Amino acid sequence: MTTSQDSMYQAIILDHYKHPQHRGELADFDAEVHHVNPTCGDEVTLRVRVTDGEIAELGWVGEGCSISQASTSVMSDLVTGSTVSNALGLQEKFLELMQSQGNVALSEQDLESLDDAIAFEGVSKYPARVKCALLGWMAMKSAVASATSKSEA
Amino acid sequence: MFDVEVIRKDFPILSREVHGVPLVYLDSANSAQKPQVVIDAESDLYAHHYSNVARAVHTLGSEATTAYEGARDTVARFINAPRREEVIFTKNITEALNLLAYSFSNATTFPGADQFRLGPNDNIVVTEMEHHSNIVPWQLLAQRTGAEFRFIPIDDEGRLDESALDTLIDTNTKLVSFVYQSNALGTINPVAELAARARAVGALSIVDAAQAAPHLPLDVQALGVDFLAFTGHKVYGPTGIGVLWGRYDLLAALPPFLGGGEMIETVSMQGSTYAEPPHRFEAGTPMIAQAPALAAAIDYLTALGMDNVRAHEGAITGYALERLATVPGLRIIGPSTNHDRGAAISFTLEGIHPHDVAQLLDERGIAVRAGHHCARPVCLRYGIPATTRASFGIYTTNAEIDALVEGLSAVQAMFG
Repeated sequence: MTTSQDSMYQAIILDHYKHPQHRGELADFDAEVHHVNPTCGDEVTLRVRVTDGEIAELGWVGEGCSISQASTSVMSDLVTGSTVSNALGLQEKFLELMQSQGNVALSEQDLESLDDAIAFEGVSKYPARVKCALLGWMAMKSAVASATSKSEA
Repeated sequence: MFDVEVIRKDFPILSREVHGVPLVYLDSANSAQKPQVVIDAESDLYAHHYSNVARAVHTLGSEATTAYEGARDTVARFINAPRREEVIFTKNITEALNLLAYSFSNATTFPGADQFRLGPNDNIVVTEMEHHSNIVPWQLLAQRTGAEFRFIPIDDEGRLDESALDTLIDTNTKLVSFVYQSNALGTINPVAELAARARAVGALSIVDAAQAAPHLPLDVQALGVDFLAFTGHKVYGPTGIGVLWGRYDLLAALPPFLGGGEMIETVSMQGSTYAEPPHRFEAGTPMIAQAPALAAAIDYLTALGMDNVRAHEGAITGYALERLATVPGLRIIGPSTNHDRGAAISFTLEGIHPHDVAQLLDERGIAVRAGHHCARPVCLRYGIPATTRASFGIYTTNAEIDALVEGLSAVQAMFG
């Protein structure tokens, strides 16, 4: 049997699934996106408020598998209060982690910056589930892009 | 003599480990594993008898043709077809059903094919429990011809609402296409009764037997159906081959679907005429190595005896229903009793997504399927995004059901 260390379901993931962070609808927001993952039928609706190049607030509601919901929760913790460029940088690193098929080539520093999101490394070995882990991150990326283009217009 | 431990030794894959523990394969409804005789039959054809069929005059061509046509005889016996020419080899059952749907729409302009023509006054009836491959081809046919697409609803237990039959199947119904055993619910439908209803209004009946062929004795004459299809890989045979059976008089009048080599009588630049069934519907080089391997799978099942197969799987399904009923928060989607149901059980676990259930079971070496099982309307009917499905076969043991139930408890403990 898989040892708990090898399991896709790390304690951090289960913890975020049971206690999702930044879950809820923002009343005051610049952009809203709705993303779905047809593999598991996962859905997330995510709202952001971007102030002075910073993600001032982020809120989301969704349903689906634990990987999609926990990953969205971890992402929310990481990017709230950070600059847009930092958030998008993290998104790229997380994408690289997810596309690594279990052979991640990120630097020590990059791994450190991903913090709790490192717990999803095991998911990268299961191509069918990678989209679950990426759902919230992709939603954040497009919400931020939409909010930023609005403020520039 | 049906001895599950002896049977298991015939399937090499069942001795492998997954994540360091013995494989518990509960996904046979998705695709069944292969006994060594099937693997050998395909390999033997390639190693010793391979050539193209039906056209070569040399020895290898003749041996390959004999093996390919011999497989047709085996299939005909398996389903008790009156004539071997009624058995058409296709890529899989999806292609078999599409072959029919496209041949019906080709009838619109094909001389002498009036009986298959559909128009805006006609309707096509399926059921709410169909696999997508028995929904979408008919929706597309309806779209091409203007015919109306109808479905027989299902009740809370996953059975057909027979009270709706009289209004749905009427004198304008041309086709009634339905599943013998539902892949998503396990329900076994009253095929003979539905076929008789179709015939009473002058409609043709088409049976999706993908999930029935591995589990139940099939007799197309006793069922009184017009067309029936199944796929090789679910009857412990190879991938890449399926079967469409049809009554000879119908096939002889039905326009072709794919045009090409082997399906013709004569070809000239002014026009072509077509071969008699079954070759009219087998354009191009067919599944030469897969046909004898399918025959090997059918011979294997026949030697076990389909009544014995049904009895073994009935007992396993009964045991699984009993054990699963003890799991708190588990809801069976489909018939909860062992009456008129087959060896596939779909369920949900309260508060845990089916993909998490399946993934965690995989970490314990247990293979189940999670999703909508290509029957999304079933999930919509019960208001759920997906289910977990455990499905059984000739090699399934009670110990594997115990492993499943134990695995589900462990999953619940993790999410508790």
